[in-house]
Order: sequence, then C-alpha cells, then structure tokens
Amino acid sequence: MSQAAEPVIAEQVDDDEERATAASRGDRRGGDRRRGLTDRARAERSLAWKLCAPAVVVMLAVTAYPIAYAVWLSLQRYDLRFPNERGFVGLQNYVDVLRAGLWWQDVAATVIITVITVALELVVGMALALVMHRAVFGRQTVRASILIPYGIVTVVAAFAWQFAFTPDLGFVNQWLNTDRAWLTERATSFLVITLTEVWKTTPFMALLLLAGLATVPDVLQQAAKVDGANAWQRFFKVTLPNIKAAVLVALLFRTLDAVRIFDSVFIQTQGANGTETLSILGYSQLINRLNLGVGSAVSVLIFLIVILVAFLFVKGFDTELSQARGER
Amino acid sequence: MAVGSVQGARERAFWVIGSVAIVVYALTPVAWILSLSLKPSGSLTDGRFVPREVTFEHYASIFEEGFFTSALRNSVGIALLATLLAVVLATFAAYAISRLDFPGKRLILSGALAVAMFPPISIVGPLFNMWRSIGLYDTWLGLIIPYMTFTLPLAIWTLAAFFREIPWDLEKAAQVDGATPFQAFRRVIVPLAAPGVFTAAILVFIFAWNDFLFAITLTSTESARTVPASMAFFTGASQFEQPTGSIAAAAVVVTVPIIVMVLVFQRRIVAGLTSGAVKG
Repeated sequence: MSQAAEPVIAEQVDDDEERATAASRGDRRGGDRRRGLTDRARAERSLAWKLCAPAVVVMLAVTAYPIAYAVWLSLQRYDLRFPNERGFVGLQNYVDVLRAGLWWQDVAATVIITVITVALELVVGMALALVMHRAVFGRQTVRASILIPYGIVTVVAAFAWQFAFTPDLGFVNQWLNTDRAWLTERATSFLVITLTEVWKTTPFMALLLLAGLATVPDVLQQAAKVDGANAWQRFFKVTLPNIKAAVLVALLFRTLDAVRIFDSVFIQTQGANGTETLSILGYSQLINRLNLGVGSAVSVLIFLIVILVAFLFVKGFDTELSQARGER
Repeated sequence: MAVGSVQGARERAFWVIGSVAIVVYALTPVAWILSLSLKPSGSLTDGRFVPREVTFEHYASIFEEGFFTSALRNSVGIALLATLLAVVLATFAAYAISRLDFPGKRLILSGALAVAMFPPISIVGPLFNMWRSIGLYDTWLGLIIPYMTFTLPLAIWTLAAFFREIPWDLEKAAQVDGATPFQAFRRVIVPLAAPGVFTAAILVFIFAWNDFLFAITLTSTESARTVPASMAFFTGASQFEQPTGSIAAAAVVVTVPIIVMVLVFQRRIVAGLTSGAVKG
C-alpha cells in the first residue's frame, strides 16, 4: 500500500524527496561517513525519531495490527453465537463469500454508487469551483455556505434527504406533484442515496479543484481570449490540462471514499431494495450476525479492493503526469 | 465599447446567479431539517417547506430524554479529546518531517497516506473483538483511539505543509543563542505554528464529530454512544409514532457547532483541506 502510494508523495513533496534522497546517498557512502555524523546530526535524528514514534506507533497499532488480525480471523470458523465451533478452515470463508450471489450484488451496488457519485461530483464540483473562482461578489458567503455540506454530519444529511423524499412528509412529492415512495424501489433508492452523497461531498471536490484553478496563470486565459477562443475552448484547452494533477488527486480521494460508503445507505435503506453496499455487508456479518470469520473475510476483501483502486489510480497518475511532461 | 460592457454585465450576472445557486444548493437541506424540527407534531406531515407555525416542543422533548443529553456529552468529550491527542502527536511528527533530517521520512508520509485511504470497515471486526477482550468496548477511549488514528494522516500532512512556510531562521537564531533543539521547538516554533495547529484541530474535530461507523459498532449503551449513532436508534413515543420531529431537532443541535465553526474559521478550513493536495 505504502509503496503504491509513493509516486503521489513524490509529486506532492518534492523538497522532501530531495532531502531524503540526499540523506540516503550519504548513507550509501558507507561507514566512515556514518561515523562522520556530527553529534548535532545524530541528536537531530534521534529527536526526529522520538517525535515521530508516537504517531507511527498509533497508526500501526490501529491499522496494520487489526488488519493482520482480520486476516487471521478470516481463516477461521468463528461465530460468536457458536463459540465452541471455532476452528481453522483455511480459505473456506473466502470461497463462501465469493460464491454467494449477495457479495456480487453488493459489489455491483457499490460500483454503481461510486461511479455515478464520483462522475457527478466531478462535473458539479468543477462548476462550483469555476463559479467560486470567478465570483467577485459575496465570496465569503459562497465559501461559508459551501463548507456546510462538507462539515455537516453525514447521518444528518442522510436523514434530511430521506425525510425530503418520504411521502406525506417531504416537500419533494409536494413540489413534483406525485405520491411516489422513492425509498421502496431500487432505482429511486439509488437516486436518493446518490443525491445525498453528491450533495455532501461535492464541496470537498470543488475546493480541491478551486485550489488547482488558482494555480493556472490568468495570462494564459487572456492569451487564449485574444486568439479568439470561446469559453468552452478556453476551459477544455487551457484550464483543464493545467489542473490535471488537482483533478486526479480529487478523483482518487473521492473514489476511495465512495467505495467505503456506509452512513447514508445505513440510514436511508439499511441496504434494502438491492442497495446494500460492501461496507453494509461487512457490518451486518460482523455486528448483526456476530460472524467474525465470514465478516473478516469480507473486511479483507474490501481492503484488497481499496488497494487495487489506489494502485490503478497511482498507475494512471504516472502515465498522465509523464505524458504531461513529455508534451511540454 | 458598448458591446464589451454589455458582455461584461452579462458575464457578471452569470457569475452572480451561479453564486446564488451555490448558496441555495448548500443550504436547502439544512433549512429543510430546521423547518421539520420546528413544525408542531400535528403538522409534521403537511409536506410544506416552510412551517405554518413554529414550536420548540421537539427540542424540549429530546433534552428531557436522558439518552440525548448523554449522547451529546459523549460526542463533545470524545471529539475534543480525540482532537487534542491527534493534534499533539501530529504536531510532533510534522515538525520532525518538515524540519529535521532523518531516514524514514518518506516512509512515514507514505504510511500516513496509506492510513488515510484505509477502509475503516476492514478493522471494525478486529477492533470489536479486541475492545471486548481488553475492556475498551463501549468506552470513550474505545472511540478516541480509532478517531485519533484516522485523523493523524490529515493532521500530519496539513501541519507539515504549514510548518514549511514558517520562517525557520528564528529557530536557528534561538539555537545560536544556546537553545537546544527542543527548546527552540517549544519556545519559538510552537507560537508561530499555532494557526496551522488550529486548522488541523478543526479538521480533526469535524471528522470525529461526523463519524458513524465506529460509533455504532464499538458502543452499545449511553455510556459512549455519540449523537450520530444515537440518532439511528431514536424511537417514537409510541410504536406507531415516527420520531421524525426528535430526529430533526437532534440533527439541528448537532449541526450548530459545525455551522459556527464554518462561519468563524472558513478561511482556515479551506486552507487546511487544500494544503496537502495541490502542492504538486
């Protein structure tokens, strides 16, 4: 995981990379160089390690150790309702999970929600970012209001939208003049869940894109304008290529976030009508059924999916960025 | 000239309309839940966006119920303690990363990024089992530990980005004057770094305040259940009554701190969210 993530880091903290490689070059030069470390340098290293140790220990203890423990649990028959039947079963839990139709249905639901929400968020987020970038009027108000969906508790957002779409309670049916029960059908359930997610997380996307827009020199826009490019051409030929890195970072973070969607589905449908996502599946196996073996197998599989997505993105990063460099 | 100014005015109007649309987009659901929380029980189901008459009965009823006030106390306490711990640990680490020369720096930053991408559901089962056996299940600490862990990456990246902007010559000056590295850190850098630390604290608090997954899996009673988790278990006064009004009131109460923070610290939140991401 950390290896896959490295190219991102390299892009983001160039100066660190230089410092770090300089340090490792020094190391490779061998013993006398190491002995040649001044007391000051040695004190600096030891201070640095002491300062980092607590954070590193906590992160390892609460992620690396439990995931290893999850792998261990996933190889056992371990149901808290039948503790006496505990035993090692190898990969049987994985076979059971992957053979079940439910797993694949949940994969499909998760993919549907992820693809639709992230695609919509990119489009809406870009629109919001462009408006905020250009708006000269009420900038503070716009920025403050866009932060509210970002900051609001997801459970609250989920309830707000659920109530809005509930017949005889919400305003949506009133406005659309229908009596549709949105959260009882598959397609409309997805619609409400997706809407909630998009509303809640687009601001994050928009702010990342806005920061990217701020790095595009205005001169480029002016030059394109003088050359007679219209607004669309200026956006697709000038703005977009210049904020590619910001777009990719935003997409990466939002995709990983969308894959683990839990809160709004739990509140709005509890996974009914075929909207059960992978995180909901893991939860129901672990907490409702207390089946730690099968539940852990689901957890480990979700972990692997996240690694795969991150890996694909980082690969994409590499080619995109090297292409961008090649063009220049 | 005339054409230009017409075009300018048109463009201006376009961006103004866009800004208004953003404000409407952001505030509609918030206004809706506020409206629901103020509707009298009798007219909850009238489907109107603006309540015909206003009542505080739902607020009165949730604050009379012991479980909401205890959930609120848990939320505030757990979020504040998690914030404090995460920010202290992240400050140490970020200082070392942005200032000191040592092998393993990149590994720590990559590792932090990996933790940021880590799916929480993957460790819910193990934590559930571990916490039950070591007595952390359904305690404040049982939630503070995962919150601290999952916010450390964000805090470390944000702080490291802020620390790079600090005029470090002052630190050298202090060291020339005979201060040890640690004294230079504590006396000179901490006051300079305070705004960055504050930004990280806001982001960590929002995360901890927001969490639902850990809150429903690692707690079972009022002793540690936070507001988002308790909202999922609200029940009506009778079997046939939906607790809509209570949920709406609780939702507004738990949203108020977020709105206050957003209004007061918007600049810092934006800076913090975007600091790590766009440096490349």
